[in-house]
Amino acid sequence: MARRNPSTTAVAASSPFTLALQTARRLAGRMPLHLALIGLMVLWSIPTIALLVSSFREATAIASSGWWNAIKNPFALTVENYQTVLEKQGMARAFFNSVIITVPSTALVILVAAWAAYAFAWMRFPARNLLFLLMVALLVVPVQMTLIPVLRLYTDLTVDAQLPILGGRVFGTSSYVGIWLAHTAYGLPFAIYLLRNFFGSLPRDLFESAYLDGASDLRVFFRIVLPLSMPAISALAIFQFLWVWNDLLVALILLGDPDLAPMTLKISNLVSSFGTNYQVLTSAAFISMALPLVIFFALQRYFVQGILAGAVKG
Amino acid sequence: MVGRRWWTPWLWLAPALVLLGVFLVYPVVDTIRRSFLDERSKNFVGFDNYQFIIDNPQPLVSDTHSALLNNVMWLTLFTVITVCLGLILAVLTGRVRYEAVAKSTIFIPMAVSFVAASVIWRFMYEFNTEIGTVNATVTSLGGEPTAWLQDTGAPQTWLTQRGPDTLPQPIQINNLALILVGVWMWTGFAMVVLSAGLKGISTEVLEAARVDGANEWQIFRRIIVPILSPTIVVVATTLVIQGLKKFDLVWVMTGGRFKTDVVATLFYKEAFRIGDFGVGAALAVVLLLWVLPVMVIGIRRFQFQEETR
Repeated sequence: MARRNPSTTAVAASSPFTLALQTARRLAGRMPLHLALIGLMVLWSIPTIALLVSSFREATAIASSGWWNAIKNPFALTVENYQTVLEKQGMARAFFNSVIITVPSTALVILVAAWAAYAFAWMRFPARNLLFLLMVALLVVPVQMTLIPVLRLYTDLTVDAQLPILGGRVFGTSSYVGIWLAHTAYGLPFAIYLLRNFFGSLPRDLFESAYLDGASDLRVFFRIVLPLSMPAISALAIFQFLWVWNDLLVALILLGDPDLAPMTLKISNLVSSFGTNYQVLTSAAFISMALPLVIFFALQRYFVQGILAGAVKG
Repeated sequence: MVGRRWWTPWLWLAPALVLLGVFLVYPVVDTIRRSFLDERSKNFVGFDNYQFIIDNPQPLVSDTHSALLNNVMWLTLFTVITVCLGLILAVLTGRVRYEAVAKSTIFIPMAVSFVAASVIWRFMYEFNTEIGTVNATVTSLGGEPTAWLQDTGAPQTWLTQRGPDTLPQPIQINNLALILVGVWMWTGFAMVVLSAGLKGISTEVLEAARVDGANEWQIFRRIIVPILSPTIVVVATTLVIQGLKKFDLVWVMTGGRFKTDVVATLFYKEAFRIGDFGVGAALAVVLLLWVLPVMVIGIRRFQFQEETR
């Protein structure tokens, strides 16, 4: 508060005693604020801390005493749960699947959305506004509206062939290509909306002088638009990554093959088979959270920018 | 560019339009069509599937009434609590030096999947008082432990230790427990957006009010809330959509048992477990109908933005 009210500090500085008294009074006055805020912060972090601590405790300890007892015997912590879950429960494979599903979906969304957004922002064509309004409408369509027809389409169009990485199925249910395309499409309305708004806000002169110099659309897109739009693209990448990484519903319906299951699906199955077997569940959950948490802490700025730029899709 | 051919824009749009057409536009039309067909999408049945949702003929297998009521609960309680908490936190964090740390702490759950959050909270809500953090806290304060995810009783019965359940059905302990997990995850979102709005309010306005003798509550109620109201609407609409489509959380934590089903989980059960595409599609259409007002608001806001650009 001193910043807001410089006169108080000036007067108080005249005598050390008054200064101490004033500081004490100010702290006392602001005590409820700090107590409330710190209380909420503790409340908000306890669940995650409980999970993290428990995942490092021995199976017998988790089943017989609360996680807060871990502090009594900190040397009993172990990474055994992680070994079990990664090797025996197949979380290592699920982690790999999550990466394979998420990375191409994220890259595809950015590429396809950036092309479309460039056209929406800098080209003139009939029905441009109408098409973009459709995009805004599609932003809020529940994914449930699409799942039955997409599943039917996939079962009808299944293509089996032996290819490296993609496994035995090239397209259809339980195929990587199938889930990449679905996630890309579901991410597009938000991505196009975000990027089109960002591209549209770039200075017009830049484009006009480039076009006058004879630059092609491709050149302008790759040399000017993409480099200048890195903040928006980073925000979009983070969102799409987290959205696909954390998705359960689409994977549940389009990936029937348990060998292709991402971590969310794997954990959801573990919950139904090991309901209260917390040494398995806590470590599995933490493995799935690790990458999002790293991204969150490393790229928090972009994350917040993205949220402010266009709220969040569901 | 002057020399562009007429088909150049369409070339740039093509990949996006094809994907949107195949995965969003066509399926939406097709789902509406299937909602008027029987369970294998063969014969026309008129409004029978919607009648099924209204009449609720199989309350033990798929309780449509309970799912609809629970969705209303999610829409209202989840949105209201999250917005209020987000607003309070936005105001509080703006007044301390550890603002960044405080915000990160509240915001972290946003990065976690609903599946992981479900595991976290199943563990918190565990009935065993030796293990479950919530029940351990309750018993240490002298209360009775509760099966938070199974108890369909009304909250005031639990609080006062005596019946009868006088509140209408969807207001039950396990629903509230689930909604609070949603609140835990989304408060950070509300806080971040509202806090950005708050930073936009000029300090002169607030100073002037203080000089005029307004207390902090009056400033909050009469200045901050009215100025922030457009931002509050944006946050609330996002949360309404989230609350409406909620699937993962309910599915992993209770599987829809103990009367916790919402429309999204019932949709999944009907369409993909029971295999009734007709009722499944009708439930999806119900979700779409609920989203329509938000869609209209979104389009209006967009058109307004374009005009003022």
